[in-house]
Amino acid sequence: MHALIQGLILGVLTAGVYALMASGQTLIFGIMKVVNLAQGALVILGAYLSYQLFTSFGIDPFLAIPITTVMMFGVGMVIELVFLRPLRREDRSELSLLVTFAIALLLEGIMSVSWSTSVRSINTSYANSSWTVFGYQVTLVRLWAFLLSLAALGMLFLLLNRTRFGRAVRASVQNPESARLLGVESSRVSAIGFGIGAATAAAAGSVYGLLYPFNSGSHYDLISRLLSIVLLGGLGSIGGAVVGALVVSVSSAVVAATVSPIWSEMTFFVILLLVLLVRPRGLFGTTARGAI
Amino acid sequence: MSRLAGPLRGGLFIVILAAMPSFDLAHWVLNMLVFTLMYAVMSSAWNLTGGFAGYPSLGHAAFFGLGAYTEGLWFQHHSIHSGYEPFLILPLVGLLAALVGVPIAAIAMRTRADVFAIVTITLLFVAQTLAFNLRTLTGGAQGLSMTAPPFSLRTFERPFYYVLVLLLAVAMGITWASMRSKVGLSLAAVRADEDKAVGIGVHVVGVKLMSFAVSVGLTAMVGGVWAYYEGFIYPQFAVDPLVTIAIVLMTFLGGRATLWGPVLGAFILELAQQYLAYDLGGSQFYLIAYAAVFLVVMLLLPRGIVPSLQDRLRQRRRRHLVDANPSDGDADALGRPEVSQGIVLSRAQMVPLVGGTS
Repeated sequence: MHALIQGLILGVLTAGVYALMASGQTLIFGIMKVVNLAQGALVILGAYLSYQLFTSFGIDPFLAIPITTVMMFGVGMVIELVFLRPLRREDRSELSLLVTFAIALLLEGIMSVSWSTSVRSINTSYANSSWTVFGYQVTLVRLWAFLLSLAALGMLFLLLNRTRFGRAVRASVQNPESARLLGVESSRVSAIGFGIGAATAAAAGSVYGLLYPFNSGSHYDLISRLLSIVLLGGLGSIGGAVVGALVVSVSSAVVAATVSPIWSEMTFFVILLLVLLVRPRGLFGTTARGAI
Repeated sequence: MSRLAGPLRGGLFIVILAAMPSFDLAHWVLNMLVFTLMYAVMSSAWNLTGGFAGYPSLGHAAFFGLGAYTEGLWFQHHSIHSGYEPFLILPLVGLLAALVGVPIAAIAMRTRADVFAIVTITLLFVAQTLAFNLRTLTGGAQGLSMTAPPFSLRTFERPFYYVLVLLLAVAMGITWASMRSKVGLSLAAVRADEDKAVGIGVHVVGVKLMSFAVSVGLTAMVGGVWAYYEGFIYPQFAVDPLVTIAIVLMTFLGGRATLWGPVLGAFILELAQQYLAYDLGGSQFYLIAYAAVFLVVMLLLPRGIVPSLQDRLRQRRRRHLVDANPSDGDADALGRPEVSQGIVLSRAQMVPLVGGTS
């Protein structure tokens, strides 16, 4: 029982970070109908950037987030402009899978060359401090990571629901044709949307670097988790991404705590397959494809 | 004549391939050709679902691994005498993979295009986890070894080479036959608009499952040959996302839903890859170069080499027609290539469509 509850706590705290990464990915899908397989690589790139800022300038990873998000926003815009915009509309959804995978490989290659393939971790002074509440252990970093992810998600929510740009995004998600007719410049929305997706990856990356050791190959593991989360929640739904993240990380943490860590990764794939059996569009996916 | 041209060209290609080892090629050349053939067979197989049916599976490497482990496990319990037994059980390996593939496809193919790709890639990761974790069966990360074949060192590669040529002939034969039959038309209908295909009475589920089963069966057989050739099965190479990606990329480069596209793609890319890996060595620049090739192909030739060439050729032929008879035909309508969806109309079929030239 103790292990189960400990697993639950860990799972919920970790879910925040995954929800943040997945929200960026699902946002990109919502706007552009592009499944971004490079999201994991962007997260790892974000982790490396904050690692570099920490080791070279001593900037705390949490404080580095504003810097890395701005940088990665630029990276995301460039990726959209150079690699995704030239794709023809009719075969975009299929080709974009391959193109974003190639981008992931490219980023992996660049990261391996710049930082070598040895495993890095960001060792802050508070990395190992934790509290014990009612006999359950809560690491400080995880708690902070959770709160920060919640804050970032909240900002994303405000951006989408309270700003002019957000309205343009939601319009293009619901109906790209009418949005264009009403004067929404869809190409600009796409570029900025991809930039925001990359920026969430950067924020999540800083946190990820604090929580786990990583190297350039870590993105394979990440992308498989992210895809399960996004599919489970329903592509294009940010609320769904949050629920998906909760399901995935709680189930894998619980299985890791009660059964064995080696089977924890299997759990959410199995859950995903079962959900898809009943609802091929995921839990919150609509038939219209992509309501935020 | 034109009805025989296809099989003749295919037969000639296979005969030339089969004759290659007789020229006493160096071991490294044959070794390279063995790997190229493996990819040619797998791309042709992938093309059946990914190209013709329009279901881009990213999970084929899981079936490659299934084939490899089936072969490996079978010969944990049976001994190898003549060295040809592993080849003889290949049809069984293929059948097993096809049987495993049917229920998986029945679930996964409820989703379409991009979601299907993601579902199959998760399948790949499941298979990878299983390969690492079912230690009693797969040996986990330590891998599984196979008895070395008792072939003479001088001609060691040849049996593998011939078996792969045979598999390629089978894969291309199946592709050719399905392109010329109702199956191919049904698959094209599924790819173009599945809902309408259901509406006009195409057995959508049947053809989808069949193409998937055949496709993964062939892939697993290549996995079996690979396991025997390498002699050792490590989970990270048996179930490798890069294998999937290579297959997909080769098919896209050559041209989806064409007979020659995947083969051409495999010959170009695998040879280029071997060269890059050799030239840039173990350095990580290799990954960057590979990704760059990948991106350039996708952006410049989104439809692949064979369809682009076909368009170019058809355009020129039509220009000749127009030049010969300037009086008839709307030059603009004739000059524009129609989007090739794999089924290429012959000139005889086209003439009535564009308003005769005779």
